[in-house]
Amino acid sequence: MYIRAASNISPQNTFGNQLSLTELVEYTGDKLTCIEPDYKSLIDPKLIRRMSRIIKMGVASGMDCLQQAGVPVPDAIITGTAYGCLEDTNTFLSKMVQQNEEALAPTAFIQSTHNTISAQIALLLQCHNYNNTFVNGGASFENALLDAMMLLYDGEAGSVLVGGIDEITTNSHAILKRMGLYRRQPISNFELLNDPGKGTMAGEGSAFFLLSREVSGNDWAKIDGVSSFYKPRNRAEIQQHINTFLLTQHVDINEIDLLITGNNGDLKNDAIYEHLQMYDFADKPIISYKALCGEYPTSSAFALWLAAHEIKNGVCSFVSDSNQIPVKKILIYNHYQNIHHSLILLSAC
Amino acid sequence: MAQPVFIAGAGVISAIGNTTAQNLLSLERAETGIAAIKYLDTEHRDEFPVGEVKLSNEELAELSGFKPAISRTAMLSLIAAREALVDAGISNFAGLRSGFISANTVGGMDKTEDFFREFLPDNTKGRLRKVLNHECCAVTNLVADKLGIRHYVSTISTACSSSANAIMYGARLIKNNMLDVVIAGGTDALTRFTLNGFNTLMILDKQPCQPFDANRRGLNLGEGAGYVVLVSERIALSIKKELYCTLSGCHNANDAYHQTASSPEGTGSLLAMKGALQKAGLQPSDIGYINLHGTGTQNNDSSEGAAIAALFAEHYPKMSSTKAFTGHTLGASGGIEAVFSALAIQRGLVYPNLRFETSMEGLPFAPETRFSKQPGLKHVLSNSFGFGGNCSSLIFSKL
Repeated sequence: MYIRAASNISPQNTFGNQLSLTELVEYTGDKLTCIEPDYKSLIDPKLIRRMSRIIKMGVASGMDCLQQAGVPVPDAIITGTAYGCLEDTNTFLSKMVQQNEEALAPTAFIQSTHNTISAQIALLLQCHNYNNTFVNGGASFENALLDAMMLLYDGEAGSVLVGGIDEITTNSHAILKRMGLYRRQPISNFELLNDPGKGTMAGEGSAFFLLSREVSGNDWAKIDGVSSFYKPRNRAEIQQHINTFLLTQHVDINEIDLLITGNNGDLKNDAIYEHLQMYDFADKPIISYKALCGEYPTSSAFALWLAAHEIKNGVCSFVSDSNQIPVKKILIYNHYQNIHHSLILLSAC
Repeated sequence: MAQPVFIAGAGVISAIGNTTAQNLLSLERAETGIAAIKYLDTEHRDEFPVGEVKLSNEELAELSGFKPAISRTAMLSLIAAREALVDAGISNFAGLRSGFISANTVGGMDKTEDFFREFLPDNTKGRLRKVLNHECCAVTNLVADKLGIRHYVSTISTACSSSANAIMYGARLIKNNMLDVVIAGGTDALTRFTLNGFNTLMILDKQPCQPFDANRRGLNLGEGAGYVVLVSERIALSIKKELYCTLSGCHNANDAYHQTASSPEGTGSLLAMKGALQKAGLQPSDIGYINLHGTGTQNNDSSEGAAIAALFAEHYPKMSSTKAFTGHTLGASGGIEAVFSALAIQRGLVYPNLRFETSMEGLPFAPETRFSKQPGLKHVLSNSFGFGGNCSSLIFSKL
């Protein structure tokens, strides 16, 4: 399947697809938060007022993606989100507890449903087609991609809008920090991977892709395959999954120009990538993308955007000009807390 | 569907029973599970009747093997999913490519609600283990681990159509030869969050609900879990026990009308039913029974009724909403009703629409009021419609 267009709201200046190395945004602390665009050109201002932040980010990036692709109504809309509309959930839950289940307003409850973003996009487009939402933690976005891929191959759809969205909220951040996910001491995202320790930096984002079965001539890249695996028992099993994936894709490791991995600066987390980076992909350029967007369950949507962006430009943004190599094939390998692992393979069209 | 997908097992826990057999007996005896709130700790205890599973968390823990501190959503899920898997009687399960696709809308919210009582006044307070399984997928993972399923584990959440979509996705994974066997369906426990949420929408009935009745007042919330075991043709041939039926068609469409309300003409429901018929290669007149979404709200039943009137004109199948028995179990309803539909096909059964009295104006059909045996039943349609206009229809066909 082909990526005809992509739109990404993230902690970097990715919206508008003009990411450049010189403009990377630095965050110091324990989180990276999204740089939000001016929504007025993308969503009716009357509707914007009612939407929470994640809904605005999701709807705006979804609509922008369709506009770029020149596809007014896709044949399917599929989203992946681990936590869904957290702020709306938090609002309703907090009021319910504080007001002892009395005098509650419905808006936050209505919008707390996990499929709100895919539904809002369908509503705005008057799109009556297939609409689905995966809430599968660190594989939510990958499951959405696989669903899209099957719909395209089955001939049930010619174009599918797929997105991965998650947000940081004050309360979710406080809870996850207490669980030990994030750094205790403030750190810069530029230093996060150079200074491994316990915990990472939180991230968030909304990245959408218009995927089509047919090549258009203007596609960013081709997605060859996506695979996810669950709670591998040991390193050998991970290795086996990666080998099997490459084998089924008929790809030799030597053909891969660039590896994008989910290192996040947490020692335990990153140990899983170490072997791969030291041996199998020892001479390949590697981008560890979470220094740009932080850690969150659907961050692989950011990684896919980055990979497609690199393939579209044909060069690796993070390699100096003198060492530059053509970038035609990229493998993304990510895992979220060693529960869901995923592989996505992309090629130049 | 080019390659058929077969249903080899079923498991269900709901307000009308803790096993498939108990559920079937209640359906046959017209015994409702709707009653005053007994287990849910809520201020609205005496205000709204609900369809609770008639077991405390401690009793569910004993039955499931989880600790009582684990979310009720996970305990319900494990009980029904395990029943489905055992029922399928697949001898070499461990050697197959297996999947667990489980839908839910509340995840571990029952525990998060308790956590928030301590956390809100002081965000350094509250025991973290109460929110450890807050996420929808945490509930799925807990159960997948107990069942020993590792090849493919996924969670879907599209409000009240969630588990119909989980079954649809499971079928797609089998058709694409990615998996051999999938336990698919969903689970949801009653929580204060959903009870209060639906109360703000003013669609909760203060009496036992009357789906598809002219004088319906709203819905009763319920809880439970329901799963079917989907298998490929190759696996179906290797199973010695009798299979239930095939999943011959399924389709999802969007109403694109309103975040919570359905369009008056039932655009999304009509498209979902039409799409499922088309994929199954069937005509409306082939359907012998419709297990309605039939929540009992003014809006759903008139919208679903309008879509049925448009699609089935002059060939109205028998139909009923089993939510008058179970309550609306939200993310579990598509799974529970898939089990009821599979049983209906296998045994030739049509369930009653309890408490139906008066036909809705403008609808030239009425739901069944009595349990009946219909040996000629060949195709059953099951509807599940949710917030965000998410409409799904599944068709179950005789082998």
